[in-house]
Amino acid sequence: MAETVVFARPQALAPVPTHYCPGCTHGVIHRLVAEVVDELGLAHRTVGIAPVGCSVLAYNYFSTDFQEAAHGRAPAVATGVKRARPDLIVFAYQGDGDLASIGMAEIVHCANRGEKITVVFVNNAIYGMTGGQMAPTTLPGQVTTTCPLGRDVSQVGYPIRVAELLATLRTPAFVARAAVHTPLHAVTAKEMLRRAFRYQAEGTCFSLVEVLSTCPTNWGMPPVEATEWVEKNMVPYYPLGVFKTPDGLDRAPRPAPATEG
Amino acid sequence: MAKKLMKGCEAIGEAAIKAGCKLFFGYPITPQNEIPEYMAHRLPQVGGTFVQAESEVAASNMIYGAAGSGERVFTSSSSPGISLMQEGISYIAGSELPVVIVNIMRAGPGLGGILPSQSDYFQATKGGGHGDYRLLVLAPWSVQEAADLMQDAFDLADYYRNPVMVLGDGLIGQMMEPVEFKAERTPCKPLPPKAWVATGCSGDRPTNIINSLFLDPEVLERHNQKLKAKYDLMVRDEVRCASYGTDRPYEVLVVAYGTVARVCSTALDDLREDGVGAALFRPITLFPFPYAELRAAAENARAVLVVELSTGQMIEDVRLALEGSRPIHFLGRQGGMLISPEAVSERVSAISAGLPEEVRHG
Repeated sequence: MAETVVFARPQALAPVPTHYCPGCTHGVIHRLVAEVVDELGLAHRTVGIAPVGCSVLAYNYFSTDFQEAAHGRAPAVATGVKRARPDLIVFAYQGDGDLASIGMAEIVHCANRGEKITVVFVNNAIYGMTGGQMAPTTLPGQVTTTCPLGRDVSQVGYPIRVAELLATLRTPAFVARAAVHTPLHAVTAKEMLRRAFRYQAEGTCFSLVEVLSTCPTNWGMPPVEATEWVEKNMVPYYPLGVFKTPDGLDRAPRPAPATEG
Repeated sequence: MAKKLMKGCEAIGEAAIKAGCKLFFGYPITPQNEIPEYMAHRLPQVGGTFVQAESEVAASNMIYGAAGSGERVFTSSSSPGISLMQEGISYIAGSELPVVIVNIMRAGPGLGGILPSQSDYFQATKGGGHGDYRLLVLAPWSVQEAADLMQDAFDLADYYRNPVMVLGDGLIGQMMEPVEFKAERTPCKPLPPKAWVATGCSGDRPTNIINSLFLDPEVLERHNQKLKAKYDLMVRDEVRCASYGTDRPYEVLVVAYGTVARVCSTALDDLREDGVGAALFRPITLFPFPYAELRAAAENARAVLVVELSTGQMIEDVRLALEGSRPIHFLGRQGGMLISPEAVSERVSAISAGLPEEVRHG
């Protein structure tokens, strides 16, 4: 009987183990990106931009060419690559400290210029690699090593909703938020990523998919609890969906729950 | 090609295009705005791309990305902006990418002023950003030389896979002089194919990764030593300097670079008429610094005068070159104030007449 392959490693994913902690969903997100790149037939002309943060070594985990960016500057580096070689498919892979704190200027202006790149923005509401400090995305009351009594919004403000913020820009773009804490969510996340890469391949617009992720290590909970924490605490503050499409038919974001903060 | 009257900033921009550079990323800052303005106007005419970045930080990271794609790229700025670019410059040096950076220096520190200065010598030649790296630094003294060095800068950057800085001051950027571009130009270095670029991988080679992260200390040390070997080659092969009046007897050797050397050369002519023997030594590469050449030129002099638009920065390299073999005097202006030929003549005459004190620094 002939064997049929029903599951295999995507070609765009390197055949190596990752250093990610048990229960961290970076690995899932890497895989979804690689599947999309493969399925759209883009791998041979794709260049990734790695960030500073837990996914700093992303260049080891994809079998595409890569450039490693300084902290927060991936959108600027991606701009340089894309402007030098518009025929390439350029994606930046960034965490929330990288993109929403030190790199806020770069992401806003990259989106506003309408650079034809794709940003995969992984939001786990904390600084992972440096050991669990407060991020711009840390939830109100969430305990981290630099807000040991919980995030006090009267002192440090509210967590930044990046997808919503970028969706306010006039320049056409595709901006969405997804999650990967259940298989069904992961399937939806892949569709968002597929749309994002397709828009780039067609030369349509800037695209960004924010993906809610886990950090069991720095959240201080087992992996299963961490996925439940995403559903219970992150999804209500960071609603999932498409916030902006290039044709202007923006889906109105769901209103934030009244209980926030 | 016929000579054309051009502003320094415009000549620098045109020289980049003549060198095959089709990409510019930059941010406005006085006194070099004519460079981005020229590129914004000219690059679309030659099929190139101009991007006004949101900051110098972003600009320095954009040129990193573009250089990693193998295309010739440059940026320009002035002192405070160059400070902001140090992040990108350090990563570019660490990742061994060829870029050209123009610094049209203005007076500092801090916001300082907008008038000409040479107070970024330390920053340009001794590091600037973090880590163990060097820039190859070229210092033109005329608009023509700025245009020539700008074209060489791209060849040197490609050859060494290293950032090259063209270090001028507000005078070189703003003054107009005749410039001639050669119709056919031969690169000043052989240009190896760029097999290392990150432009997509079809699986026929290992992936190319542009990177300066080496977590294993042994690997990073080897990388540091590889960079050092490259800088040693620059020291061996790329020193450039010029001398004026060294073919006749001289008592005082004046050392200056950039437009200040132009001022000094005027002073030398006046001094010669007055019967005072003086010559001029002008480093053209500030890194690598012409230590041996300066030492040789100073052997014929009784004393050395360093002239700079700073409180004394290059003078430290002059000291290293002379190793105490000659008394070293200093004449400097700061804050955007200029040095007149008369001031230089007066100081040289005083030294020649036996001015007792050396000015000590550091």
